[in-house]
Amino acid sequence: MSIATAPLAPLAAAGHGFLSPTGVEIAFVLVGLATLGAALVTVTTKQLVHAALWLVVALGGIAVEYLLLTAEFIAWVQVLIYLGSVVVLLLFGLMLTKAPIGRSPDADSGNRWVALGVAGLAGATLVWVVVDAFRATWIDLDGPAQGSTKVTGEILFQHWVLPFEALSVLLLAALIGAIVLSRRNTAAEEAADAAARTGKGQR
Amino acid sequence: MNDVLDVALRLIVVFAVFLVLPLVVGQTEHKVMAHMQGRLGPMYAGGFHGWAQLVADGVKFAQKEDIVPANADRRIFQIAPAVALLPYLLVLLAIPIGPGEGAVGQVIDAGLFFALAVMGIGVLGSLMGGWASANKFSLLGGLRTAAQLLAYELPMLLAAASVAMAAGTVSLPGIVGAFEWWWLPWQIIGALVFFTAGLAELQRPPFDMPVADSEIIFGAYTEYTGLRFALFLLAEYAGIVVLCALTTVLFLGGWHGPFGGDGLGWVWTLLKVAVLAFVVIWLRVSYPRLREDQLQKLAWTVLIPLALAQIALTGIVKVAIQ
Repeated sequence: MSIATAPLAPLAAAGHGFLSPTGVEIAFVLVGLATLGAALVTVTTKQLVHAALWLVVALGGIAVEYLLLTAEFIAWVQVLIYLGSVVVLLLFGLMLTKAPIGRSPDADSGNRWVALGVAGLAGATLVWVVVDAFRATWIDLDGPAQGSTKVTGEILFQHWVLPFEALSVLLLAALIGAIVLSRRNTAAEEAADAAARTGKGQR
Repeated sequence: MNDVLDVALRLIVVFAVFLVLPLVVGQTEHKVMAHMQGRLGPMYAGGFHGWAQLVADGVKFAQKEDIVPANADRRIFQIAPAVALLPYLLVLLAIPIGPGEGAVGQVIDAGLFFALAVMGIGVLGSLMGGWASANKFSLLGGLRTAAQLLAYELPMLLAAASVAMAAGTVSLPGIVGAFEWWWLPWQIIGALVFFTAGLAELQRPPFDMPVADSEIIFGAYTEYTGLRFALFLLAEYAGIVVLCALTTVLFLGGWHGPFGGDGLGWVWTLLKVAVLAFVVIWLRVSYPRLREDQLQKLAWTVLIPLALAQIALTGIVKVAIQ
């Protein structure tokens, strides 16, 4: 993973210990704990809409963590995409289908232990990758911002342009897939309606 | 200690602007609508042409009892107005009204993204209020708000991206700094798309389907009374100020004007904001409300293709002049 850290050359390497944390580090840990708490409430609360709103808190906490890591651009994109669009879409879906005020005892899934396993595995993988990639590198907070829009754009479109393009193709495929799925349903329904109207339906 | 003083001073100034400008827009709306409709409007409060009407309204709202419906989700019902209002205060911090460091609350590297991202949060307040009221009309209003936001967020972002491409930066002072007069015809489609989508995001007429009074009473705000209701109204007017200021900064050249040096830049900004706010009021008086299907159709079949065409045009011109 040295490619990832190479463009971030001015990372201060040594001279930090865990026993003398700076204010930013303390804030980072506190916000992290709050985010983790909000995420836990999101998956354990019995109230559907509350879960979506706690998700807002968790995603917002992650945006604050990005800010503390000086990745300003990523932080605002996180707010724009996740808080502004994904959560609104989620709430829209909830309100359209089922959004009772109060508890929904039937909202528990039988798959929750499997889900816990998958989530734990994914979390462990991510933690391992990040720890292995960065180990003891520290961000130099006094120098020029290392997560500014310019730096992020240069890294994204010079070092990581292939994954970026692959992801965009994946998203395009998902988009087309969604269109195809929704169109096929309506066509089948229309055929059924036509068959019912002409009285030639098989049943 | 000087830094702390500087920050405190900036925050106080931005907060004062946040409190004053929306009220000015609101009072202007009273009078402009009255004159356009051939009536007087509020004339008594304060003596001269009813200038104190909004102050009187504020006193009235503060006196009213703050009611939470029995079946409502109390906590969410109560924090929803704050969620609706605060984002606009944060956006105002990032908007430059003149050249130099002194004329902006806080220089933010990705200011354009900051402004659009935080503006999107405000809508969560309407959704929360609409759901937590335990009222069918409120829920319908919340649903319509969400559908409208999903449809109009995309053209707004695309139009803003066009300006960012033209300027080569996403910092708001940077964009105004790079502005040339010929950007106006170059970016005019993007400007119209941005302003229209912004109106829809604020739920201003003719895009006020989420609060359509003849169908769903007052949408997500139906159950609100007193100060919380006033906060929602204030959020709407603060939203007008923010939208007009953003349009000014992105498309109309902010502090650039045909005459007057750097010292008068802030006058130009305020003048452009005022003209745009007048247009917002004007549209309210002159256009009927769009139906829900018309709203969606306008966004997906007109605004998004136009915004994409603007991006293509921006790219072509940008490559050609380099």
